[in-house]
Order: sequence, then structure tokens, then C-alpha cells
Amino acid sequence: MIHLLCLLVFLTLGLTAKAQESIVLGLSQDEVAITASFTGSEILIFGAIRRETPAPANSELGVIIAVAGPNAPAAVRRKERVAGLWVNSETVNMDIAPSFYAVATSAPLDEVLLPLENYQHAVSADRIVRAEGQTAFDSNEFTEAFIRLKERNRLFQVIENAVIIDQDTLFHTSISLPSNLTEGNYRTRIFLTRNGQVVDHFDTIIPVFKVGIERWLYNLSQSYAALYGLLSLVIAVVAGWAANAAFAALRR
Amino acid sequence: MQIYLPIAEISVNAYLLLGIGGLVGVLSGMFGVGGGFLITPLLFFVGIPPAVAVATSANQIVASSVSALLGHIKRRGVDYWMGSVLLIGGLVGSAIGVQIFNLLKSLGQVDLLVNLCYVVFLGIVGGLMMVESLRALTRSKSAPPKRRRHNWVHNLPLKVKFRVSGLYISIIPPILVGMSVGVLGAIMGVGGGFIMVPAMIYLLGMPTKVVIGTSLFQIIFVAAFTTMMHAITNHTVDIVLAMLLLIGGVIGAQFGTRIGTRMKAEQLRILLAGLVLAVCLKLAADLLLRPGELFSLGDLM
Repeated sequence: MIHLLCLLVFLTLGLTAKAQESIVLGLSQDEVAITASFTGSEILIFGAIRRETPAPANSELGVIIAVAGPNAPAAVRRKERVAGLWVNSETVNMDIAPSFYAVATSAPLDEVLLPLENYQHAVSADRIVRAEGQTAFDSNEFTEAFIRLKERNRLFQVIENAVIIDQDTLFHTSISLPSNLTEGNYRTRIFLTRNGQVVDHFDTIIPVFKVGIERWLYNLSQSYAALYGLLSLVIAVVAGWAANAAFAALRR
Repeated sequence: MQIYLPIAEISVNAYLLLGIGGLVGVLSGMFGVGGGFLITPLLFFVGIPPAVAVATSANQIVASSVSALLGHIKRRGVDYWMGSVLLIGGLVGSAIGVQIFNLLKSLGQVDLLVNLCYVVFLGIVGGLMMVESLRALTRSKSAPPKRRRHNWVHNLPLKVKFRVSGLYISIIPPILVGMSVGVLGAIMGVGGGFIMVPAMIYLLGMPTKVVIGTSLFQIIFVAAFTTMMHAITNHTVDIVLAMLLLIGGVIGAQFGTRIGTRMKAEQLRILLAGLVLAVCLKLAADLLLRPGELFSLGDLM
């Protein structure tokens, strides 16, 4: 029993010795409010690396910051030529696909993160997005196309060398959230790596939500759909009548 | 000025939306078409999600059609009797069309059918109208147009007098026209004004000036019905987007109505035919040419 305890203590010590560097984090804003004049937002993410012992020599320090929006499954369609016409033939559903995904790194991703660590922690977009029935270790052209199309809309971003590390202790980066943002919790993960091995990681949530008139209209459309529909129609009819009346008055 | 749309969940330029609404409003007032076949692709282009674009354009069509209709009422250019008969046929047709649409959706390939429908119908309608109105234009220079001859349409039973249209015909052809437009509209996701207008001119023999007001009268109800269906079942009507579009739309419709009444009926028909053929060619090109990007994103299947 005592031997076992000793072993346990030894193991814990060994583990803490391994995780001698840890992350202390700060955010420029801990929530994002979408107002009527919202045109996107810039979030500054900064932090420090806390050490119990001096920094290990001859090993490369890396910081990776990944921000993921709420899951938004979508379908990817491929066009094919059938009897001379280009038609959508195959469709693959992306079951796990964040609405937004940004990865910022302190150096090229394959330098700061080993492939095995990438698999384990699911950091790059192709490790996050999962087509239906797809296993963790294969990728197909549909997931690739999905990521490509999302990148074109700036909804997926890979920003290498964007995390600045100062004197091996302080780091900061900014993530720009586009205007076509989906509401929800944005999971933010920060990884600290040494020679491509993850030595510490930190998780936090940045809530993104509509406020004011945006919130009110959205709730109305969801909870009182019929009333909302009628309101839309009344506005349409009144606007049509008003324009006609205004023009008639102008001509007189 | 950027504005964030609560349902579409995207920030867009308000002036751009006013402009799109205005353009479609002008067409609506001039030709009596709802403009759904034009506004939805324009909204896709701005980045509005397809489901929101389809539902919201129905709402905007209500506004611009009301605005244009009031202008036509003043000129006695609306045949309410004919409009109601077409509408009854249209609603029955849409109910049938929705069933066909869902059946095709379960079989897959609904996209292809919708696109082919567009190309075929736009092509036929645009082509026939172009040929006819060009012929009418050259003829009207030499001799006054002849009164339409009687054909089989005039020999059917259940005759009714449509005074505004100056017609004494059976109620069956308008019901059938309304129904077929309703079926096609539901499958193609449009109000069907661009099919309805030529059908009223060529199949029913209504005068062009009455056709536009009557078509608008009918479209208002179909578009209002569509808006409610989308708002209740899909929650995809964006009221802020609709408001920006309809401010442009109702003003545009007023200009369109004025332009329309100052033009010759044949010229009006040539312009509408040109517009319909242009959209047809664009869709045909999409089907025949190899697209730059083979993949596209869509709603979950």
C-alpha cells in the first residue's frame, strides 16, 4: 500500500514536472454583442506563460489559438455532367462543422504541432469537420471542398505567424470575426507546444449574441411565427399603399 | 451604411438592398410580374442564405405589387372577376404543385427539374412573345390590329362576362390557366407572373393594359400566402431585409407603372420578352458550361 502511494506521488511529481509551463489568459472582450450596426468584430487574445522552473533550453516554443463557432451542419453538393447538363449529383452532409473556425499560430502549423498531436487535439480544420459516417483518420474531397468554400467566405481562417511571442513569456494575437456571424458560444482553445508537443492547453468560451431590436425580432420570428408573418404582411401592404399615396400627392 | 439582418444573420449595405428593391419594383410596375425570378438570384449574390432570400422576396413582392396595383386600379386596369377566378385556380394548382415538389425531392434531382422548368418555360414564353410582339409592331405601322378571332376557347360551356377585359368566355380556361401557373409556381418557387401574363394575353385574349393590373391583383394573394407559409414553417422571413427591399420596391413600382402606361403595348411586351430570354440564357449557360467550382454548400439533406 505504502509502495503504491509512493509510486502515485512519484507519478504526480513526474507529471507536474512535465507540465512546468502553463497558460494565463486574457481577452479584450469576454462577449460579442450583435447590434443592428454590427459589421464584424476584432477580438484581442493575449496571455502569459507561467513557469515554475527556468525555460527549457534548445526546444522551440509554440502557441496555437483556435476559435470555433457553434456547430452548423451543412450539405456539400458536387456537380457532374449528365447527358450534357451540369447537375448536382452527389451530396454529403457535414455532421460536425463549426459555423466559424479560425486558427492562429506563432509559426507554420506543421512546425508548431506534430501530426499526432493534431489528431489528438483536433486543431486544424480538416480534423474538426466530419462528414456523416466519416471516421477520425480519413478525409475526403467533400470535407476538403467544404473547408475551401468556407475559407473563401472568410468563415474558416488559418493565420500562420499571427501569434506574437514576446521574450518567451507573453503572447498575443487578434482574431477578426466576420459580419456574417452565427449566434452562440465560441469555444476558444489555446495550446502551448514545445517541439510540436502540446505541453499545456487552456479552454474558454466567448459568447456571441444578438441584442436590442435584433434579439427582439429574432425571438418574435421563432416564438410567435404567425404574428411575425402577419406583421411582415401589414408592413408590406402599408408601405405599398403609402408609396402610392405619396406619389399621387406629389403629382397634384 | 451597413446593417445587420436578424434572420439572415449577415451584415449588408442598406443602399444596395434599396437599389435591388427599386430595380425589381420598376419591373413589377411595368410588366405586372412579381419579380421573384430576378430578386432571389440577386439576393443570393449579396450573400443572403437561399431559404431567407426566397421567403423574404415573397414578402417584398406583396409590397411592390400593392403599390403597383393601386396605380392600375385608378386607371381601371384591374379585372377583379378574372383575377379571382385565376386566383382560385392558382391556389388549387399550388397545393398540387407542392405535393409534386415534395415527391420529386424524395426522389432527388429536384434542382435539375426546377432548372429545366425555368429554361424550357422562360425560353418558350420569351421566344413566342418576342416573335409575336415584333410582328405586331411591324403590322401596327401599316394597318390597325384586327380584333381576335373566335377559336375553340370561345365554344366551351359556362360562359361568363368579364366586363373590364371585354371578354365573354367560359370560366374553364381561366381556371385551367390559374391552375397550371399555380403548379409551375410551386415547383419553381416563384409567383408565376411571367407565365401568367403571356397566358392571359395569348390564351385568354385579354387586352395588355388590363392584364398587368389583374396579374398584380392575383400575385398579391399568392405572395402573401407564401410569406405566411415560410414565416410559420421555416422562420425564414427577414423583416429588416424585407423592409429595406420594399422601401426601394414600392417607389420603383410607382415609376414602373408610369413608364408602363406611356409605352406602347407591343414595346412593353418586347422588353418583357427580352428580359425573360436573358434570364433563360443565363440559366441554360449554367446547365451547359462546366462550372468553375464543382462543389457548393447547401442546407442539410
